[in-house]
Parts: sequence; C-alpha cells; structure tokens
Amino acid sequence: MSTVLKVENLHVYYGSIHAIKGVSFEVGEGEIVTLIGANGAGKSTTLNTVGGLLKPREGSIEFEGRSILGVAPHKVVNEGMALCPEGRRVFAQLSVKENLEMGAYTRPASEIPETLETVYEHFPRLKERQSQMAGTLSGGEQQMLAMGRALMSKPKLMMLDEPSMGLAPILVDQIFEIIEALNKAGTTILLVEQNAQMALSIADRAYVLETGRIVNTGTGKDLLNDDSVKKAYLGG
Amino acid sequence: MLAHLINGISLGSIYAIIALGYTMVYGIAKMLNFAHGDVIMVGGYVSFCSMMYLGFPAPLAVLLAMIVCTTLGITIERLAYKPLRSATSLAVLITAIGMSYFLQNAALIIWGANPKAFPNMFKDIEAIEFAGARISPVALVAIVANVIIMVALTLFTSRTKVGKAMRAVSEDKGAATLMGINVNFTISLTFAIGSGLAAIAGVLLCTAYPTLMPTTGSMPGIKAFTAAVFGGIGSIPGAMIGGILLGVIEIFARAYISSELADAIVFGVLIVVLIFRPTGLLGKQIHEKV
Repeated sequence: MSTVLKVENLHVYYGSIHAIKGVSFEVGEGEIVTLIGANGAGKSTTLNTVGGLLKPREGSIEFEGRSILGVAPHKVVNEGMALCPEGRRVFAQLSVKENLEMGAYTRPASEIPETLETVYEHFPRLKERQSQMAGTLSGGEQQMLAMGRALMSKPKLMMLDEPSMGLAPILVDQIFEIIEALNKAGTTILLVEQNAQMALSIADRAYVLETGRIVNTGTGKDLLNDDSVKKAYLGG
Repeated sequence: MLAHLINGISLGSIYAIIALGYTMVYGIAKMLNFAHGDVIMVGGYVSFCSMMYLGFPAPLAVLLAMIVCTTLGITIERLAYKPLRSATSLAVLITAIGMSYFLQNAALIIWGANPKAFPNMFKDIEAIEFAGARISPVALVAIVANVIIMVALTLFTSRTKVGKAMRAVSEDKGAATLMGINVNFTISLTFAIGSGLAAIAGVLLCTAYPTLMPTTGSMPGIKAFTAAVFGGIGSIPGAMIGGILLGVIEIFARAYISSELADAIVFGVLIVVLIFRPTGLLGKQIHEKV
C-alpha cells in the first residue's frame, strides 16, 4: 500500500495561539483514516492546513510524494485532493447543479457531464433538486451536496470535516454508508469527526487528537475497545 | 411630463451603470469603494483629452477611457485595498475615502480647477420627437447602454463559468478557494468590470451635463451608491431598479417641487426605504439552515 498523504511535525498558529503542536500522520491509498478528538483539539485546523486554507509555520505536507506547501491555495485541488469543509459551506444562492459545477471548476467542461452522472448515482436526491437553490435544501441534503461538490474534482483523497454535524441519526447512518461506498469505489478518505463511535466503526486506522497533539493511534477496531478512548469519547 | 419621465430614466440609467460598480465590488470584496465616483471623473477627463487634444473620434475616446479606467481600477485594488484584505472594514472604508481625495487632487494637479466644457459627441444628431416630448440622443443612448449592460452582466453571472465563480466568491471565499477558484483574480476582475462601466458612465454623464471638474464624479458617485443601497446592495437588478427610481425621483422633484430640494428629497426617500426595508428593495435576506 502506497502512502497518499504524509504529514510530518505540523505546527499551525492562529496569531500567537499555537493550535497544532507537531502533528504527524499518514494516509495510505484506499484507506479510511479518521482524526477524532474533542471540540478545539485541532482537527479542523489540521484538515484546513492540508487543504491549503491555512499556512503552517513548521512541518511538511506531502501528497503522493510531492510537497504541497508552496502550492497556491486555489491550486491544491489540482493535486488530487478535495476538502468537504465543516458546516458544509455550500453556495446557498447557487443552484444545486451550479454548486456541483463549481466543484469541477478546474476540470475541462467536456468531462463534467460524466462526473455529474456519477455524483448523481451516489446522491439521487441531488438530481431531483438540481435546479433548486442550495440554500433551500435540508441540512442532510446540503451535506450530500457538499460531498458531491468535493467529488466533482475527482479527487484521489477526499477530506471530510464533521459530515455528521447537526444531522438526525438516520441521516448520519446514511452519510456514513455513502462514505464507505465512495471508499469502495476507490476514493481514499480522511475523516474528521466528533462522532467517534461512527468514525471508528468505519475507519481502517485512527488518530486521537488532544489540544493540538496526537495522543493515540491504532486501527479503528483497537481504538473502539481502548479504555482511555472509551472513557473520553465513547461515553464510558 | 413624459419628457421628465424619460429624462429621469436616462439620468437613472447613468446612476444604475455607476451603481453596478458599487454593488459588484461590495458583493465580491465586501467593501464600499468610495473612490468609484472619482473613476467616473477620470473617465470623463480621458475621453475629453483624447477628443479635444488628440482628435480621437468619440467611439475611440470612449474605448480609451474604458482601458484607462479598467487599469486604474485594478491598480487601486492591488495597491490600496488588497493589503487590507484581512483588516477591519473601517480601515478599508477610510482608505477608500482617502483614495477618492487622492484621485480628485491628482486631477486638480493634472487638469486644473477650471471647469472644462465637454464636447457634445451627438451634436450632429437631431433630438427625437416622441409623443410631443423631445428626447435628446444622449438620453436615448444612456437608456440603451444601461439595458445592454444589464442584460450582458446578467448573462455573464448566470451562464458563464467565471461569472458563476464570481457569485461563489461573493458567498464564501474559503469554499471558493477549495473549488480551485482564484479569489484574487476574481476580485481584480470585479474591479476591472466596475471601473470599465464607470468610464462609460463618465462619458454619458459629461455629455448630458457638460461641465467637467475634478469633483464631477463625487455627487453622482454618492447618488449611485444611494441607488445601490436603495435597490439592495450586492444585487445587479437592484442597482438597475434603484438607479432608475432615483433618477426619476430626482428629475420630478427638480421639476415639480424645487430644484434646491431635489437632492434632499432623493436622500430622504432612501431613508424612508431603509426604515421599512433595511436590505433595500431587492436586498437578499437568506436564512441559512444549520
């Protein structure tokens, strides 16, 4: 198994606040890897840094062996990774279809219809609502749209930030089923979640983040049975 | 009555073209570019000089004014506003006001304080009689230009990839960046379009009211800003409706109430509209679902 993403000794600051203190992790091809941790542990900061939205002060980020630190933020998506951000951040005043087109912004127009069909296969609901404004969708549909939009760039690595946030349990199950299906279809997944139970149950491997440091790592199954993880994140 | 209405729509069309610059820049960069009115003045002077001193025909003069203003708009954004992208909005606002005074005083040095009589580029064309009202060619051109610009911009933002990307950037710069959209380029493009339109508005304004001074752009600039707020800032059709309503109100107030009070009435209407509709006539109030 080859390494898709390799993050080493990452340090990120917000002004003088040292948010990420030397985080290192790897994602292998075809894996589902999850970063779990409490609110404020630095999960989203880590993901946003990998996605190019934040600049680290120290450390390295390599995607398929190439450093992406010097790459302009809007060009990171060209490297083959897509970030589906926390809070979905769909373009509320663009239609569902326009949102998806934005996801394929860097790709040639001739390839878009085919990818659009693939995304509609994963999310039939989006096809039904393609001409509706994204702001009128329900929370679950917006999450599907955010994921579909990220898929439109045909990423090798898809990063998902809190996809279950604010969704009803039945929708959370559905979203996680889709994540597994995407993974089976060949997309490598890096997942950040507060819902540790769900995340660990689908993850090949996991890292536990606490106040900007990785404090524990193992397979999803191991961490589900780990006493300290159980106590801190799985409600005993 | 009809003549006043047409004059009002014509003046309003010029306001609408200027208002587009305010509203688009506000929509994308979330800032009020108070130097926008002075770009109109620069457009006026450039077309004046190229017609009077260089002997350019009118269409070429307009084109040159557009090129100069577009370049000026991009340069202003790069030098003055871009370094303040993450600063407080108050700092950007004060910078924009400073830039406005800078342009006025630069014009004062270059062209002097004496008003220049802008040549009438339609002097060979007869005024048109329509149902007993005389319509000047410039009034007609302003209305037609406004309609063409509105249609073109609407098609651009709704149909083209770059236009859709512009709407995406106006909603969420971070998410747009994740899509691979170059936010800095999009902002530059917005300033370019706004300033190019300001040049057209400058020529129309100076042709309709042929006195050109370094302060020529400031009052129409403020009125166009009012029109943009009136129609709902950030909205392209809002700028059109706001501009035309404002022009019609102004001309009618001038004709039937008092020419001294016309401006007071215009701004009074704005205050009343904002009391009842704080987001303007077509302002967007989207309640996002969490």
